[in-house]
Amino acid sequence: MKEPVFLEPWHAQIFALTVHLSETGVFSWPDWAQGFGAVLAEQGLDKELDGGEDYFLAWVEALERLLTARGLAGAADLARLKSDWEAAYLATPHGQPVRLAQRS
Amino acid sequence: MPHDHHDDDHPHSLLPPDPALRVRALETLLLRKGLIDPAALDAIIDTYETKIGPQNGARVVARAWADDGFRARLLSDATEVISEMGYYGRQGEHIVAVENTDETHNIVVCTLCSCYPWPLLGIPPSWYKSDAYRARVVREPRRVLADFGLELPAGQAVRVWDSTAEIRYLVIPQKPPGTEGMDEDALMTLVTRDSMIGTGLARVPARAPE
Repeated sequence: MKEPVFLEPWHAQIFALTVHLSETGVFSWPDWAQGFGAVLAEQGLDKELDGGEDYFLAWVEALERLLTARGLAGAADLARLKSDWEAAYLATPHGQPVRLAQRS
Repeated sequence: MPHDHHDDDHPHSLLPPDPALRVRALETLLLRKGLIDPAALDAIIDTYETKIGPQNGARVVARAWADDGFRARLLSDATEVISEMGYYGRQGEHIVAVENTDETHNIVVCTLCSCYPWPLLGIPPSWYKSDAYRARVVREPRRVLADFGLELPAGQAVRVWDSTAEIRYLVIPQKPPGTEGMDEDALMTLVTRDSMIGTGLARVPARAPE
């Protein structure tokens, strides 16, 4: 029996984003592995990570930190975009494609 | 955080879980900065979902079983041999093949995060990424193997290989008995993912009816 490769679409998205950024040279894979390992070690201190959802949450955290450290993503920009996406989902009728409203 | 329950008659689109929104925010930001190409992202996902998986590693192992010359080259320079077969490492990592023998059983882990020979085995299973496996396999490999249902003879040493971002390991499991005369395609069906990580053995072929 074949397990699904990615359990959630966002697992696939964050994975692809990271592979793509390393392939285009935004960071090297060893740099990524180091940052990711650090986040895993930090988060594993108070609870046991199960390699599923927790693992990809640590992945998101590690990529945000790496890009922030390189000046490519600011925490405030990310927070604003996240709330914009949330608003877009809530404002889009079910079944319609969800698009981000352009801020004027 | 558990997902909120949404009724089917909800008027708006289902709100994705919090981390999914963080990923969308990252994507949007990088797209606006011109740092990513959405088509390349889709291609990466498609490759890992449909083209890359343990069948690639199984092909390599089956060929090594069937062809001594190939096996010798694989053990001396797996990166080159595997690239020739079209299984190229996306991160430019080196692949090292380690062969199980009567004397030594090999098992692979990544204690740092989850480095894994993607081009050969695809995306690692959850247990490979778990703290439990990553921490225990170095300390008590035989007990971890026992949890996988694998009891090794006392005289067979266990060697644990810790992967890094630069070096990934592929275990060449021992060729099972009863495989004489089988060709590469038939041998491939005996090579499981776990046998190439070292937490399992290759399957023994079903005996032909007498």
